[in-house]
Amino acid sequence: MADPTRFADQAMEHMPSLYSAALRMTRNPADAEDLVQETYLRAYRGFGGFREGTNLKAWLYRILTNAYINRYRKQQRRPDESSLDDVEDFFLYRRLGGLEGARAGRSAEDELLELFGSSEVKEALESLPEQFRLAVLLADVEGFAYKEIAEILDVPVGTVMSRLHRGRKALQKRLYDFARDRRLTGADPALEPSDDDKHEEPATRG
Amino acid sequence: MDDQGMTSEPPAVDAGDLAVHEECREYLAEVHQFLDGELGAERRTVVQIHLERCGPCHGAYDFEAELRVVVSTSCQENELPEGLRDRIASLLRDLADEV
Repeated sequence: MADPTRFADQAMEHMPSLYSAALRMTRNPADAEDLVQETYLRAYRGFGGFREGTNLKAWLYRILTNAYINRYRKQQRRPDESSLDDVEDFFLYRRLGGLEGARAGRSAEDELLELFGSSEVKEALESLPEQFRLAVLLADVEGFAYKEIAEILDVPVGTVMSRLHRGRKALQKRLYDFARDRRLTGADPALEPSDDDKHEEPATRG
Repeated sequence: MDDQGMTSEPPAVDAGDLAVHEECREYLAEVHQFLDGELGAERRTVVQIHLERCGPCHGAYDFEAELRVVVSTSCQENELPEGLRDRIASLLRDLADEV
């Protein structure tokens, strides 16, 4: 059984990542602060039930996630899955992969961030239906293992894998939409439409 | 949860049209689990060897890996709002004093 007087020493270091996650969940800085505060108060009161030697970060995320769901989920019992079904695997690679290395001396990361900026990546993640957003957030941003995510969300590992699979594809679709919008509005004139995008081009080109 | 009816296995990956060799399809289907560090040690080695040797599969894998980095770094906040840490620390001290 964990000693509550040691709670602050151990738990405070996780606050930045909890706040990040809370912001992606609530999409609002004030709500995210409230949620993090509630998480720490709940965790403090429940710290006696935390088993020393197990993953404190995962335990805090479970409390955060439950607090979020209790507070905000009432209005959305069923996820909006309608837009997630028609996306292929490697959706983005099929369309943008050919652009990589197009300009020498640029890292692939920089190239991707020219197609869609950091704020658009956040927006894309935040636009996903809740179940998928939480799975992708916990895996791809926070780096939790399937088993840890299953415990945090209280669902079977297979469900975690399924949500990740669909959530990542949906994320790629949204990122592609951002990249295409940028290109169409000329925000990045250095980017020529790739051959993969012939169907997107106006008939007058060339 | 409201999705107990969901399949317990991830849907089959249809990356067939990216697959150059007959066996590429199964390796491409495992790229995400490979990146997640969720393959067993033996399978991990087998997949890794293929990804190193097969140019087209490596291209797909590399793109997904870079995208992961972009998503992860873009979605993390580097700074806490001013005062949040102090406020929570103070609340926890108050709670400790009550006991």
